[in-house]
Amino acid sequence: MAAAAAARPPVQRSLAAAIRDAAGTALLALGLAVPILALRIDQNINNEPVLRPRWDYVAIAVGLAFAARLAYLLIWPRLPSRAPARMQSASPSDARAHFARAFAAGGLILLVLYPLLALALSGRAGAIKWIDNFGIQILIYVMLGWGLNIVVGLAGLLDLGYVAFYAVGAYSTALLVHNFGFGFWICLPLAGIFAALWGILLGFPVLRLRGDYLAIVTLAFGEIIRLVLINWVPVTNGYAGISGIPRPTFFGLPFNASEQGFAAFFGLEFTPLHRTIFLFYVILALALLTNWVTLRLRCLPVGRAWEALREDEIACRSLGINTTNTKLTAFAIGAGFGGFAGSFFAARQGFISPESFTFMESAMVVAIVVLGGMGSQLGVAIAAVAMIGGTEILRELDWLKHVFGADFEPTQYRMLLFGLAMVVLMIWRPRGLIATRQPSIFLRERRAVRAGLVKEGHG
Amino acid sequence: MNPAGPLLAVEHLTMRFGGLVAIDDLSFSAARGEITAIIGPNGAGKTTAFNCITGFYKPSSGRIVLSLGSQPAPEEVDALTASGRRSRATAAGSIFLLERMPDYEVAASAKVARTFQNIRLFPGMSVLENLIVAQHNPLMRASGWTVLGLVGAPRYLAAERQAIDRALYWLEQTALTDRADDAAGDLPYGAQRRLEIARAMCTQPQLLCLDEPAAGLNPRETAGLAELLQSIRRAHALSILLIEHDMSVVMEISDHVVVLDYGQKIADGPPDSVRNDPRVIAAYLGVEDREVGEVEAEIAR
Repeated sequence: MAAAAAARPPVQRSLAAAIRDAAGTALLALGLAVPILALRIDQNINNEPVLRPRWDYVAIAVGLAFAARLAYLLIWPRLPSRAPARMQSASPSDARAHFARAFAAGGLILLVLYPLLALALSGRAGAIKWIDNFGIQILIYVMLGWGLNIVVGLAGLLDLGYVAFYAVGAYSTALLVHNFGFGFWICLPLAGIFAALWGILLGFPVLRLRGDYLAIVTLAFGEIIRLVLINWVPVTNGYAGISGIPRPTFFGLPFNASEQGFAAFFGLEFTPLHRTIFLFYVILALALLTNWVTLRLRCLPVGRAWEALREDEIACRSLGINTTNTKLTAFAIGAGFGGFAGSFFAARQGFISPESFTFMESAMVVAIVVLGGMGSQLGVAIAAVAMIGGTEILRELDWLKHVFGADFEPTQYRMLLFGLAMVVLMIWRPRGLIATRQPSIFLRERRAVRAGLVKEGHG
Repeated sequence: MNPAGPLLAVEHLTMRFGGLVAIDDLSFSAARGEITAIIGPNGAGKTTAFNCITGFYKPSSGRIVLSLGSQPAPEEVDALTASGRRSRATAAGSIFLLERMPDYEVAASAKVARTFQNIRLFPGMSVLENLIVAQHNPLMRASGWTVLGLVGAPRYLAAERQAIDRALYWLEQTALTDRADDAAGDLPYGAQRRLEIARAMCTQPQLLCLDEPAAGLNPRETAGLAELLQSIRRAHALSILLIEHDMSVVMEISDHVVVLDYGQKIADGPPDSVRNDPRVIAAYLGVEDREVGEVEAEIAR
C-alpha cells in the first residue's frame, strides 16, 4: 500500500502544479507579447503613423504559451523537478498511461480553443468551414464512435446498424418539432430516450443471436429504419425529408439578426459565425458527456459486467450475471447516445432526409471504433479525426490538380485511400490504434492489459 | 430441523441429447458441509450432471432439490414441485428446484458457484477485476442499478470497498495477492485454477461445484489445492461437489464418493468402500460385465 500512496497523489499534484506553472508561463508571455505584438504602427495614405491594436495576436500567443507549457509539463514529467515520486514507480505501461492522459488533456485544451484558433488563423470567412466542416463534423463522429464503443468495444456486440438509432434521434427531433412545437433543448433528451427505447425493442428479440448472426440482423434493422423513413411518406415526407427544424438557442436567445437575437443581446455585430461556434461547443459538450458517462460506467458493476461479457459469456452466467439484461443495457445506452447525436445533427442541418442515414454511416462508425481500438476512448477519438478529417482534407487538396491535370478530383479517391489505410493499419496494428486495456480498478498500480489477452467478443 | 440432511438431492436425473443418453436415472445427494466427489471414466456423464445442476442444461427429466437453511420436510418439496414454481421460502430457509432455473439464477439465488473443466476466466481483465465482477449482484443493488453509482453515492462506494476487501481476502487465501493487478490471462496455469476458485468463492456460495480442479496441476500444486479446499470448507461451512480424475485428491479430501459409468451410478459411499468396489474397478480397468465376478474373487483373495 505504501507504493500506492507514493505513486498516486503526485499525479494529482503534478496536474494542478502543471496548470499553475503554465499559468505563470502565460503571464510571462502576456508581459512579452503586450509590448511586442499588441500595437502595430502603420502608415496611412498621408504618411501619418496609425496605431493598430492587435489584441487577438496577444491572445493567441498567450494561449499557445499556456498550452505548450502544459503539454510539456505533462508529457515530460521527469524533466522539471516537480514529480520526483513518479520516477520510482514509473513502469513502461505507467509512462504510456501518463502519456495518454497528457495527450487527452492537451487535446481537450486544444478543442476548447479550437474555434478561436480557427477564427484567428483563417479569418471569419474561412473559420466557418474549419469549425463546421472539420470541428462539428468530426465531433459528431467522435460522439457516435464513443456511443458505439459501448456496444462493440465494451460489451463485444457487433452492431452494424448503429445508424438506425442516429436516424431515430434525428427524426424524433424533427417530428417533435413539427407536431408539438418543441424546441431543440426539449427534443434532445427525448430523442435520446426514444433511441434507447428502440435499442431495447430491437435488443429483446435480437440479443439471443451471437456473432455474425447478430451483425446481420442489426444491419437489416438499420436498412429497415431507412426504408420505413423513405416509404412512410405521410409522417416522414419520404425522400423529400423534413426541413425547417429550428436551430438550438442560447438560453432562449436565437442566433439571428433580430433584436431578440444573441448578437443584439450582447451588443455584437451579427454574424452566422456565432451560431457555428455555439454548435461546436454544444456537440463538444455532448461528446464529452458521452465520454464521461462511458468512463464512469466502466468503473461501475454494469460496465464491468459488459467487459466480462465480452471476455466470456458462460463464465458471466456462472457468476449470476443476467446476460440478457446486461446486453440490453449496453444496447440501450449506446443507442441513447446515438439518438443524442442524431438530434444534434437534425438541429445543426435544419433539414434531414433518409439519404443521411445509409449503411455507409454505420460502416464508417464501426470502422472508427475498430481502427481506434475497441474499448479505447482516446483511440476512437483519434480514428474519428483521421477518418472524417481525412475526408475533408481531401476536398482541400486542390493543388494536386496542378500535378495530375485539371480534371483530377481528389475526393474520388476517398474510398481507395480508406481501403489502403485500413489494410496498412490491420497489418501494422491489427487490434486498432490503442489496443491495450486499462483495468477499471487496481490495488497497487494500474497495469495495462496487453492487446493479445483482451477478447473481442462474439456477439 | 435436520441440519445434517442433504444440501443437494439429485433425483432420477436423466439427460438425453437426441438418441444419446448421457445420464440415465441418476440419483445421489450431497450432504451439508461435506465434500462429495463424482468420479468415473471419461464420457461417464460427470460434467453433464454438473451442467444440469448449475442450470446450463435443462435435464430431460428428474428433480434437483437444493435446500438452504434447515432441512425441509419432503411434503414441502413435493408441494413446491406440484406448484410449478422455481423456489419458495420455508420456515427457516428456502428450497430451490434447480432444474427449473436458468443458469444465472442458480448462481444468484440458489448460491451455487462453479468452475469449469477448461478454465473460464476473463483473461483480458485484471485478477482483481475478475473477483469484483463475481460480486456483480450485490454491487449492482448497492449502485442503485447504476443510478446511484453514476453520481458516486457513498453507499455504493462503501459497498465497493467491501467488495475489494472480500476480493483481497480470497486473493490471500489463494496466494494471489502479488498478482492482483496482472491480467488474469497472464497467470500461470496453476494460478489460473486457483483464481477460478477464488472467483467462485467471491459469489459467497453455499455449494461449490468444481469441475476437475486438479487437472493439469503438478503434484505440489495438487497437494496445495487439496489443502485449500479443506481449509475453505472448514472456515466457511461450505459444501463442495467435486469432479476429479486425480484419485489422490479424491481419496484424501472427499467424505463421499459417487461413481458414474455410462451415465449410470455404479457406486456410492465413503472413499474406502468405493475404492474396493469391484464394479468401480471393473469400470476403470475396462473389464466386461461377465468378468466382474472374477475380479471380485480376485479382490477377496
